[in-house]
Amino acid sequence: MNIRLNGTEQSVADGASVSTLVSQLTGRSIGPDGRAADGRKLGVAVARNAEVVPRSQWHATALADGDDLELVTAVQGG
Amino acid sequence: MNETTLAGTPAVPVTGAVADPFVVDGVKLGSRLIMGTGGAPSLDGLGAALVASGTQLTTVAMRRYSPAETGSLFQLLEDHQIRVLPNTAGCFTAKDAVLTAELAREALETDWVKLEVIADEHTLLPDAVELVDATEQLVARGFKVFAYTNDDPVLALRLENLGATAVMPLGAPIGTGLGILNPHNIELIVARASVPVVLDAGIGTASDAALAMELGCDAVLLATAVTRAQNPVLMGEAFKHAVMAGRLAKKAGRIPRREHALASSAMEGRAEFL
Repeated sequence: MNIRLNGTEQSVADGASVSTLVSQLTGRSIGPDGRAADGRKLGVAVARNAEVVPRSQWHATALADGDDLELVTAVQGG
Repeated sequence: MNETTLAGTPAVPVTGAVADPFVVDGVKLGSRLIMGTGGAPSLDGLGAALVASGTQLTTVAMRRYSPAETGSLFQLLEDHQIRVLPNTAGCFTAKDAVLTAELAREALETDWVKLEVIADEHTLLPDAVELVDATEQLVARGFKVFAYTNDDPVLALRLENLGATAVMPLGAPIGTGLGILNPHNIELIVARASVPVVLDAGIGTASDAALAMELGCDAVLLATAVTRAQNPVLMGEAFKHAVMAGRLAKKAGRIPRREHALASSAMEGRAEFL
């Protein structure tokens, strides 16, 4: 299926969850609680179709064809 | 506060955190300078400037994750134990600001947010209507709203009444370095506020920050003035002292302004020269 991630079309495997996507992009292993398995803070958040998906729901939230996802983090800013 | 001993010699100066913390939302911060992270050309330089400034709270923006450049800012702030105040910079509507704040809360695990809802890119001035709307929504969602606002005493009080944790009037438009364009309004905002007032934006150099504190502000927020200074580390240190100096001067109580000169040496007992 195809989704939009941070404004770019991309295809993901059927059955992929938000957790799968975060893990792929950050290169970190994500536990079922939405926290990094290495114990360090992830510092990212996900909006799916303009609604925040809490990290506790990443694992259970399956992606659907046409989903629009934004994955953000903290950057320098006043 | 600072006491003078009976002999008239100053006691050990207590200019630091312990004696006079900046308390906001029940949290004691050891510095009244909030230094933002925006505008720094390199992370190393930013880290050194943050440390030199003595800040314990810093702003960050929320942007799309890019695998190439992530991790280090986060790590830098963790390493220096600087608390994070995410902002909603770049939001033009209450709707966008609320969603950005929600993302920040989720990503950074803080319910503090510097609410910035701007009207246009040319002035970067707050849009009062959207700001009021967003403040109301965020307070209802449990956020601690640090509202970046115009230097308008009426609006500032309204934001406080809506539940803002702190009001942050601008000295001048973001990034201009023009200083405090309307000191009278800042004084009025301070006089009427029951929440902390943070002078935010427009600061150009150390004396601007000292003036903000002398006007009665509880803290000063700046970024560009340090990060784009020719020597950010030196400027960071300058601001650290400026904020302390202004705070002390405010507490000390300045002399009234007078129309005419007032001699400080007695006229009596002068020698007479014939």
